[in-house]
Amino acid sequence: MKIDNSLPLEYGTEQNKMNIFGFWIFIGAEVMLFATLFATYFTLEHRTGSGPAGSEIFELTPVLIETIVLLTSSFMIGLGVHAMRIGRKNAMITFFSITLLLGLVFLGVEIYEFTHYAHIGAGLQVSAFTGILLTTLGTHGAHVTIGLFWGLFIILQVKKRGLTPQTANKAFIFSLYWHFLDVVWIFIFSFIYLKGMM
Amino acid sequence: MDYFDRFAIPHPSPAIYASMVAIGLTMIAIVIGLTYFKKWGYLWSEWLTTVDHKRIGIMYLISALLMLFRGGVDALMMRAQTAVPDNKLLDAQHYNEVFTTHGVVMIIFMAMPFIYALMNLVVPLQIGARDVAFPRLNALSFWLFFMGAMLFNISFVIGGSPDAGWTSYFPLAGNDFSQSVGTNYYLIAIQIAGIGTLISGINFIATIFKMRAPGMKLMKMPMFTWTALITNAIVVFAFPVLTITLLLGTMDRLFGTHIFSMTNGGMDMLWANLFWVWGHPEVYILVLPAFGIYSEVISTFSRRNLYGYKSMVASIVIISFMSFLVWMHHFFTMGQGPLSNSIFSITTMAIAIPTGIKIFNWLLTMRKGKIEFTVPMLYSVGFIPIFTIGGVTGVMLGMASADYQYHNTMFLVAHFHYTIIPGVVFAMLAGLTYWWPKMFGFMLNERIGKWAFWFVAIGFNVTFFPMFFTGLDGQARRMYTYSEATGFGPLNMLSFAGAIGLAIGFALIVYNVYYSTRHASRDIGSDPWNARTLEWATQTPVQSYNFARTPQVDSIEAFWDYKKNGKPLFKGEIEKIHMPNNSGMPFIMSCIFFVWGFSLVFSMWIPAIITTIAIFACLAHRSFEKDDGHYVSVEEIEATEKDWEVLADENR
Repeated sequence: MKIDNSLPLEYGTEQNKMNIFGFWIFIGAEVMLFATLFATYFTLEHRTGSGPAGSEIFELTPVLIETIVLLTSSFMIGLGVHAMRIGRKNAMITFFSITLLLGLVFLGVEIYEFTHYAHIGAGLQVSAFTGILLTTLGTHGAHVTIGLFWGLFIILQVKKRGLTPQTANKAFIFSLYWHFLDVVWIFIFSFIYLKGMM
Repeated sequence: MDYFDRFAIPHPSPAIYASMVAIGLTMIAIVIGLTYFKKWGYLWSEWLTTVDHKRIGIMYLISALLMLFRGGVDALMMRAQTAVPDNKLLDAQHYNEVFTTHGVVMIIFMAMPFIYALMNLVVPLQIGARDVAFPRLNALSFWLFFMGAMLFNISFVIGGSPDAGWTSYFPLAGNDFSQSVGTNYYLIAIQIAGIGTLISGINFIATIFKMRAPGMKLMKMPMFTWTALITNAIVVFAFPVLTITLLLGTMDRLFGTHIFSMTNGGMDMLWANLFWVWGHPEVYILVLPAFGIYSEVISTFSRRNLYGYKSMVASIVIISFMSFLVWMHHFFTMGQGPLSNSIFSITTMAIAIPTGIKIFNWLLTMRKGKIEFTVPMLYSVGFIPIFTIGGVTGVMLGMASADYQYHNTMFLVAHFHYTIIPGVVFAMLAGLTYWWPKMFGFMLNERIGKWAFWFVAIGFNVTFFPMFFTGLDGQARRMYTYSEATGFGPLNMLSFAGAIGLAIGFALIVYNVYYSTRHASRDIGSDPWNARTLEWATQTPVQSYNFARTPQVDSIEAFWDYKKNGKPLFKGEIEKIHMPNNSGMPFIMSCIFFVWGFSLVFSMWIPAIITTIAIFACLAHRSFEKDDGHYVSVEEIEATEKDWEVLADENR
């Protein structure tokens, strides 16, 4: 396998470049996926039937915790990729681990939020609004959950195999995914929660 | 036994029981045959685990042809039922199921795999690549599609077929009005196949952008590759919309949400909008590769280079963009108001312009050419007038105010068959015949092929042209029967006669495959059509590594220049070639997807959870797996290339 040393490790081989390019296209598809969810959400936002409206159920505290935790995790994975670029394997593993821990906290708060909604009468089957709200949040949450496992596998591989073009490539692609989830969350925070609370 | 009651068919008929027995016997025959001829190992190591784009293409092709016959039988049943007034051949429920599965099977499980069959077979060869960018994902794409198709196809013997039309509009498709599991099959089977298609879309974009031979700039790509690129771009932007649409439909049906319902704030028109935001680009996903095939075939058999290459590229790019801006013309009559209707009316008519440019480019390519009427060329030439009728009636339907007359009549049915059959089926048959020697090393018989063409072309027109008239007279689509007083009888009988003609045409194509396999010459060289693009610069049948040396390209028709002007294509020494390893994971994972889908269809949560975990276990296995592929050694390549190069030089 030819490794081009003038490029960062994750771009070092032809297959690596292709993997990253392919993943960007996948993110393009994910943008469409979430765009469809958002479009549907905006269509159904005020169609609450006999159920509660957004302003009656949204609470700032858990949402703020989720936002801060997820944004910090995105910063951490940025540090992790930087550590990887300068060849600091242990620092990279530490930053990736912090990322995943923060992701876990995010998920915990989101699960709390979901049970809370169910308790106050805003469950999945109440109205078109609650249905699409929980589906949109749930799709993002499912992405985070998958990300937690994926990230864990990558940490284990880096630990065992060291920083090779393959592991670096996987770690970098995972970081793209994680940043993307963060971007989606910013839209959810702004256009679902903040808009809904106003 | 109550548990098993859910698997029973809600509306059984002798025909369905007969199909059950037929399916059972066929499966037993396949198992016995494979065991008797000791082919299990061969099947596993050469086909089920393969990651070779050419073999995956052939598997797509076989599936597409199987589905063509399944959808074709549905079509014949519909034409037979409506051939005479007050016919009792099928009852209303059975007719609903038949037209629903006909639509889904033909579009999702016949046309889609057919275009991916030809893309898989041709695109890597046309750009001088060794394989696609992600060979294993390519296998996964195929197997997901295949399992989705199988899941959809067992619906009519286990639990009942979907019956809400291929568009499955809510609230009709909701639990209140469609109580059988049929619509669950629709939602989940298409979801599984759709994931496969999305993966293919990503794969081919990466392949075409990153793996072209040195010197092949974007504007030097063959036209079929251009259409493949743009088609896959549409796939990547349209299929996620379908994913979400189907997900929301599944949420409504399985988890009791109220997104598309009539109560608790739900909005039924949202389904129609979301469905067609995917559905209209899907039409262009099907037709653009067909345009690519016609461009290749017309240029090859007119012995001229393609007229207006740049305008061809520009028009497909414009079509791909505009395909996302016309979806609402599918339901002008469903109450959006004059402003939206006017806007979508204008965009709909405007999309005819780039398509018209392409038609004129093909005509001008043929002008002053030495046209040779081979079977692929017949389909291409036949396509132009027939498709134009489809296009003109499309503009008629696109006028929102006039559409109130045409909407949901047989006029519409005639229109979209006039676009999709010449636009897709003719192209696929042209492409199949054109690339057949590259795939299998012999040519299909021209004489039988021409007979088949005339049966298909005439049969098609006899079937669908009368529908324009019955439609204008008010015959509604999707009605299982009509009274004698309507006077629709004779023209419908004519349609049925045409459908028989079409069936004979397709039967002749099957016979042609059989006949040519037995009798056709195997000594055809590697370029039997005297073609122009790089796929013909390889051995026939193509070696697993495609090109021993990467071709060097500096024009749109590098292979033609090589043949006519002696510009060398292959320079330098043969080097060892890196190839991906076969893997059983795509197949195994897709089988798990099948069980997962089946469990969801019947709301069996425990198996659904177990299979979900199993799917992620497969992904985890892939993550930890170390697979660096293997190398084909220089000696091996030289040995296989030596004989061929001598032969190839003699032929020139």
